Amino acid sequence: MAQRTLFEKIWDAHLVAQPGGRSPIIYIDLHLVHEVTSPQAFDGLRAARRKVRQPARTVATVDHNIPTEPRGTPITDLIAAKQIAALQANCKEFGVRLFDMDSPDQGIVHVIGPELGLTRPGMTIVCGDSHTSTHGAFGSLAFGIGTSEVEHVLATQCLAQQRPKTMKIEVRGRLAEGVAAKDLALGIIGQIGTDGASGHVLEYAGEAVRALSMEQRMTLCNMSIEAGARAGMVAPDETTFSYVRGRRFAPRDGEWEKAVEYWRGLPSDDGAAFDKVVEIDAAQLSPFVTWGTNPGMVAPVTGRVPEVGSLNDSDRRATELALQYMGLEPGKRIEEIGIDRVFIGSCTNSRLEDLRAAARVAKGHHVSAKVRAMVVPGSQTVKRAAEQEGLDRIFLDAGFEWRESGCSMCLGMNPDILQPGERCASTSNRNFEGRQGRGGRTHLVSPMMAAAAAIAGHFTDVRDWKFR
Amino acid sequence: MNPFRVHKGRVAPLDRVNVDTDQIIPKQFLKRIERTGFGEFLFYDWRFSADGKKSEGFVLDEPRYREASILLAGRNFGCGSSREHAVWALADFGFRAVISSSFADIFANNSTKNGFLTVRLSESETAELMRRTCEGNDYQLTIDLEQCEVRDDRGFRAKFPVDEFVRHCLLNGLDDIGLTLQHEAEIAAYEALHAAPPTLQGRRQ
Repeated sequence: MAQRTLFEKIWDAHLVAQPGGRSPIIYIDLHLVHEVTSPQAFDGLRAARRKVRQPARTVATVDHNIPTEPRGTPITDLIAAKQIAALQANCKEFGVRLFDMDSPDQGIVHVIGPELGLTRPGMTIVCGDSHTSTHGAFGSLAFGIGTSEVEHVLATQCLAQQRPKTMKIEVRGRLAEGVAAKDLALGIIGQIGTDGASGHVLEYAGEAVRALSMEQRMTLCNMSIEAGARAGMVAPDETTFSYVRGRRFAPRDGEWEKAVEYWRGLPSDDGAAFDKVVEIDAAQLSPFVTWGTNPGMVAPVTGRVPEVGSLNDSDRRATELALQYMGLEPGKRIEEIGIDRVFIGSCTNSRLEDLRAAARVAKGHHVSAKVRAMVVPGSQTVKRAAEQEGLDRIFLDAGFEWRESGCSMCLGMNPDILQPGERCASTSNRNFEGRQGRGGRTHLVSPMMAAAAAIAGHFTDVRDWKFR
Repeated sequence: MNPFRVHKGRVAPLDRVNVDTDQIIPKQFLKRIERTGFGEFLFYDWRFSADGKKSEGFVLDEPRYREASILLAGRNFGCGSSREHAVWALADFGFRAVISSSFADIFANNSTKNGFLTVRLSESETAELMRRTCEGNDYQLTIDLEQCEVRDDRGFRAKFPVDEFVRHCLLNGLDDIGLTLQHEAEIAAYEALHAAPPTLQGRRQ
């Protein structure tokens, strides 16, 4: 058989039918559901008198619009409350397991999937959320879908999909101290652009990627969609297996051995062909800060906001609009940009390692008097684990807020939003206009960089940080 | 789903690249649990000030672009979030199609499920259309999905690519789920071979 890529092996293994003249139909192993993109899908099922075909492959949680105040606090946003109530009712009616607001396992859907051992190598995973690409870190094919496709998967456990192309991102060398997986993601997007991977499934490979922990791989794959990719993947290896092993829903005993044997066959064969290959030199990467209104508008922390003179017409206009929105002058040094808010959280950077990295920077320091800083763990499990290690104390002593789990200020569907003109160092994934609140100005950074900015009151190179 | 065959309508220009779905429909409007009623919130932060008053000068509010049913935009339209609400908002506002030199994958996918067309032309063709749209007062285009062609009354004519299956569904207004369920036997056979791992079958801790 010809050499195949990781993507091709998973795709081939999930082909249910290839009707002539139509898109191939692939089987979906795991469907994750949340409150925002599902109500209309369940309505569609009801209207057509359809059932959820495979409740056992469907898992729901509430994350997007729940408040991050202590859990007993009533939801004051009545429309949000209605949406959450709709999910609860739909899960009950259709027999879908829900990790509800009061569940000890509640959390951001892309945090709890891996944490519970639901996410595993070789799977096809979808969710009505673009950051589903996160799960590709395990060597699964995971991608975001819209509500019509959510309904399609609920009804059929399949999707009709055109086969995407493949792109390998080969990262040579190792990331330097202070340069995080987030910086690797931002560096890649800065290089290939926010539509650089459109129509492609990315496979991240190379020494630097192999050296990443599972949580770091999740950060990297999470941002694939910001390069326009359909999905991002990392081949499974011992790091993957030891992360999955023993988790609540992971295979056990004899099943475990069989699963691992299958997973070992998944990595791309030597010589397998990709439609496109991009090389990245890890040594050239530094901590990055976005300065504009999409994740490709990025500069090293030691750099400057770009001058617009040298750009072509459409780039110049986009840059001018971005700088105007962001309230920045061309050529300004990144380290001179002062901030008002800090958000550490989101499906990109809210896991235990992210919180440890931020806490290491925060320890013994204090948040600048002009900054309000929030830490929002990705799940209740992350929160408990962090508290067991005393990370909450470090953050609280340093003047950070320590909150309940959810998507929170990544997209500001709950009460956690920026005020107009406020400038935020954020560990989330999108710096679009108004993303964190109308008129809010978002700069994407790693957790270490966010913690350092909270303390300094402006961006600062974490490689020079005085750890205490 | 409503079929899309041939549509002629007025064009409105949105001369920006990377128009993301957060701009198309800001998150505060995603809490509705219906598919309808999103049109009034389309491009909300660009069309309205923070206190809910109409902003001056947003292009879609210019009288000459009122009742436009075709949106012409810069490359990488619909990037970002997977929210299908973006397509619902555009359709509810009165648009039937967007023309751009490229689209984000999920947005394009969502569009096809709603009888809404994403028309991909080259950069030079969209630039020419942008010029023609901004010149006139009632610039109209015909989008012909039967011929896979965009044309005006002044000699512009361009072919656009579209997946054959997607085209078939759009032309006939076919329900995707129904089509997949025609393969019930194959799905059932696949499921017989690949039982859900016991761990996904609800085994508790």
